[in-house]
Order: sequence, then C-alpha cells, then structure tokens
Amino acid sequence: MPIHEKHLIRPENLVRNDKLAIEGVDVSGDWSTFIQTRVITDYNEAMQEEIAALPGGEFIHRCWQCGSCTNSCTVNMLNPDFNPRYWIYLIRLGMEQELLRDKDIIWQCVSCNKCTYACPRDVVPEGVMKATAHWLELKGYVPEKPSMIFDDVFSEQVFAKGKIEEGRLMRKFFVRTQQKLAQPWLIVMVKGLVSRLPVTLLMRLGLAGVVHPRTRNWGRTRDAINEYVGEQNAKHRGALGLPAQSTESHS
Amino acid sequence: MTEKYRKVAYYPGCALEGTGHAYNRSTKEVGKALGLELVELENWNCCGAMEVKNVDPKLQTFLSARNLKIAEDMGFDTVMAPCNGCYHNLKKAEYDLSHDAGSRETVAKLAAKSGDQPYEAGNVETIHALEWIRDAIGTDELRKRVKNSLNGLKIANYYGCMYTRPRHIFPEKDKGPGSESTGKPHFMDDLLAAAGAVNVEFPLKTACCGGAHTLSDSDTSTRLVLNILTTAEACGAEVIATECPTCHSGLEMHQIRAEKVLGKKTNVKILYFTQLLGMALGLSARKVGVNENFSESRDLLKAKGLG
Repeated sequence: MPIHEKHLIRPENLVRNDKLAIEGVDVSGDWSTFIQTRVITDYNEAMQEEIAALPGGEFIHRCWQCGSCTNSCTVNMLNPDFNPRYWIYLIRLGMEQELLRDKDIIWQCVSCNKCTYACPRDVVPEGVMKATAHWLELKGYVPEKPSMIFDDVFSEQVFAKGKIEEGRLMRKFFVRTQQKLAQPWLIVMVKGLVSRLPVTLLMRLGLAGVVHPRTRNWGRTRDAINEYVGEQNAKHRGALGLPAQSTESHS
Repeated sequence: MTEKYRKVAYYPGCALEGTGHAYNRSTKEVGKALGLELVELENWNCCGAMEVKNVDPKLQTFLSARNLKIAEDMGFDTVMAPCNGCYHNLKKAEYDLSHDAGSRETVAKLAAKSGDQPYEAGNVETIHALEWIRDAIGTDELRKRVKNSLNGLKIANYYGCMYTRPRHIFPEKDKGPGSESTGKPHFMDDLLAAAGAVNVEFPLKTACCGGAHTLSDSDTSTRLVLNILTTAEACGAEVIATECPTCHSGLEMHQIRAEKVLGKKTNVKILYFTQLLGMALGLSARKVGVNENFSESRDLLKAKGLG
C-alpha cells in the first residue's frame, strides 16, 4: 500500500503561462508553473467539538495522523478520495469548506472496522465517519443519504416491534429511496429460489411478511426507547447549535 | 473439549428467521447430529445490528444486553449466536458494559423504564457457532464422526468483518496456540479440514463484503463481493464457506448482480460451513437447506458424492 495517499496541490491551484518573460528571461510553459497562494479565513473553530458530540465521534481528539485508517480502508481501495485520515485532519483544524468537497462520499463507509482495528490511538475512525455523516445531515449540507435512510427504516422497525422482518424492511427502504422493487437482478434471484424451495417454506416466508415477527410485551420497551431517542436527538442538535426539533419528518 | 458448551442458550437473531433460514436449519441439524443441545432464548429481540448502532451505539448495547439478560434468567452462562452481526453485538455489549460507565447508566435507565432488570457484565459468555462446535466437540472427535468425507472439496474460508474486528471486544482471541486469530482466523478451516475438505490459501478471509450497504450502495457492495469471488476462484476454491447470514446473502446476491449489472460471471459456490459439516456428518443436502440457498451448488455437491 503506498504511503503517498493524497495530492495536496489541486490542478486548479496551479498557474502556468504559455508565454511569459520575466526580466528578459523566457520562462514560457512549464518553467512558469506557480502554485497559487491559498488563504483560509473561514475556520469553524467548533468543528471538532461538534463531531465529538455525536455518537462515534467522541475520540477524534486522540488522532495523531499516522494514516493507518486510510491505509487499511476498504472504501479507499475503491475510491482514493475516500480518506478518513484527511477528513479527521480537516475536522480537527476546522476546515469546514474543505471537508464539504467530499460531503457526498463520506456516508459510503462500510463499517468493516479495519481502521478501528489498525488505529494505534483508539480514535475509532469508523465511529468518526458515522458522526461526520450525521453532522453533514444535521447541518443541512446533504440530503439524507441512502445508508441513513436504511438505518432509519431498520431502527424504526426494531423500536416498534423488537424484531426485523427483512421483506418488509426492503419494501419500505425501496419506497423511501424511490427505487423500483422489480430490479432485474432481484427478479432473477427470486425466480431461482421459488423454483427450488418447498411450498411450505415459501408459505412460511410469505406469512412472515403479513404477520410480522415481533417481541412480545414490547410496549414499555418501545416507549422507553422512543423517549430516549427523542432526548438524544435534542441533545445532538443542541450541541450543533440547532433548534431542538427538526422541521423535516419522514413518517 | 468443553463440557459446558454441550447445552447452551441459542440466539438465532432476525436474519436467521429470514434470508438466513438455511443457516438456522443447518446449525440446528449439525447440533443434533453431534449430540449438542440448543435452547432458544425466550422472546428475544433484535441485537440492534449495525443500523441501530449507527443511530446510537448505547441503544444497541441496551438491545443486545436485553438478550444476555434473558439467557441469564433462563439459567445459562453461555449464549451461542451463529450470526456474525449478533455475535459481534453481544460481545460489544459485554465489553461496553464492563468498561464504560455511560453505557451501564443508559442500559440501567432503559431497562428500568421497560420494567426489566438490567444485565450486568460478566454473567453470560457469548460464543459463535464456530467456537461452539470446535470447543464442544473438537476437531479430533469431529474427524471420527464424519460419515461422508468432504473428499478434498476445495474451500475458501470467508469470515468477514464482524467475527474478528475490532479486536478489543474479543479478549479471548489472539491468545496464542489454540485460540482464534483476529488477523488470520482458522476455526472454520480447522473444522472443515477435519470434515475432509482441502482449504485453499485465501488472503481475503476477513475482507469486507460491503454487507452494511448491500442495498443502500449496491455498486460498492457488488465490487467488493466480486473481488472476493474472483480471488477465491484464483486461489482454486470450488466453494466459499461462510459463517454469517449477511455475508452469505451478500455474496449470493452480488454474485448474481455482478453478472447482471457488470457482466462478470463467477462460478464459485457459496455454502454455510454448517451445511458442509452437516453433509459430512451424513445429513442430506435438503436437510441442511442447500435448496434454500440462492447459490446453485447441487450439481457440484452431487459430483462430489455429497448430500
């Protein structure tokens, strides 16, 4: 794995003149390549505290920038712009605008925990990725991303019933993300399975979709969880200086 | 061999009642064939999975701890969870409750409001199906019980993420000879080798299948799965053995998706390790739910004289 993991100079910050003479010396072309001066004035000095106030972000202050997280990262292997080490660096410095350049990929962390396994400082980078993704949403920088919608749909079902029924989960997720349930690859899968499965099992699976599996006597637990979630949401929004109640509603 | 694992509490979890029913069925059948007893937790709930953890880790700790408390109340000191996600979460709850006062406080508060007693760390040990079979029976004994050897079937053992990472929630691993390794796990390899399989050298044992985003970021998952499938084939594997319902259905689903969406076809078959062990113990392919898999492996198994 290469140690060199990020270009610090972007192409748009380079200036190159095709025709230029300085004090009579021809410095046309590559000889006149300059890096533009960058001045940053819009630091968000509260950024590290804001991330640390969200679940998973608690230990961001421990980071000493060794880069073990990015080096071990599953998603970085597919997309070099996915760079936890760099994002932690930006958050700790308060470089909000720089972080926002990557706002649409941060949610793609697959929680494989390779970073958390490798981290010598127990930063829990996986948690920091989740906290950062939540932060981007709470701040209104990004619309709710598919993985967050999935987390919500899943959690709502667990809170309400105590258990998950996957068929219902999938249907709800596809509706919320406005996707067709009839994905061609999904049809192939289901067709293959139906042709092999015994009828009794198919009936049982179908029945689970109608009579949802649930934990008995769940009512008090459900209420306790919902109350707790409400409290936590208010706390998180408060830490980010947002009004306690979100104006959006999904249900 | 550990006598206390002969009868343990069983936590199947939601996936094993849905897409992972073949794992549920084969785990129970293997237990029966080996004379081990499983007693399902009464009125269990979801462990919180990754999704509730993303919303609030302490809430996931509460949900998992509730199941540990049920095991304790039923008189068990060991609970076996075959699903990596459930196993990981119960272990994580155990770790958080013994190391973090904030987690203890939240769990106590939520339990009180639910009208339950909170679970206290240290009362119930969580084990995976791999540890259960390996420690209750042992590889030597298993070798003696094999009726229908896997006969040199070439297997890539795939453990996924949640069985070994992060290491701090698995204090019993990485303890030298005899213990499981988080870097290069081998319990499944050991069991399947005892059943007559040939384990190929597979470098992606603990790679990620993208299971967390299997639906929400399908393209990422398909690329990650395709990498695992093609590597297994390059290593000479005929079968990828799995020990997690999310990994298993992820591999199956994205194997089909890779073919349909990316035009990349792979032929390696995907089977739960309990299905392979079950057939080695003389159970039929149907008995261990091979027909319930999306991955069509019956021709290969027939050719190998299995099931």
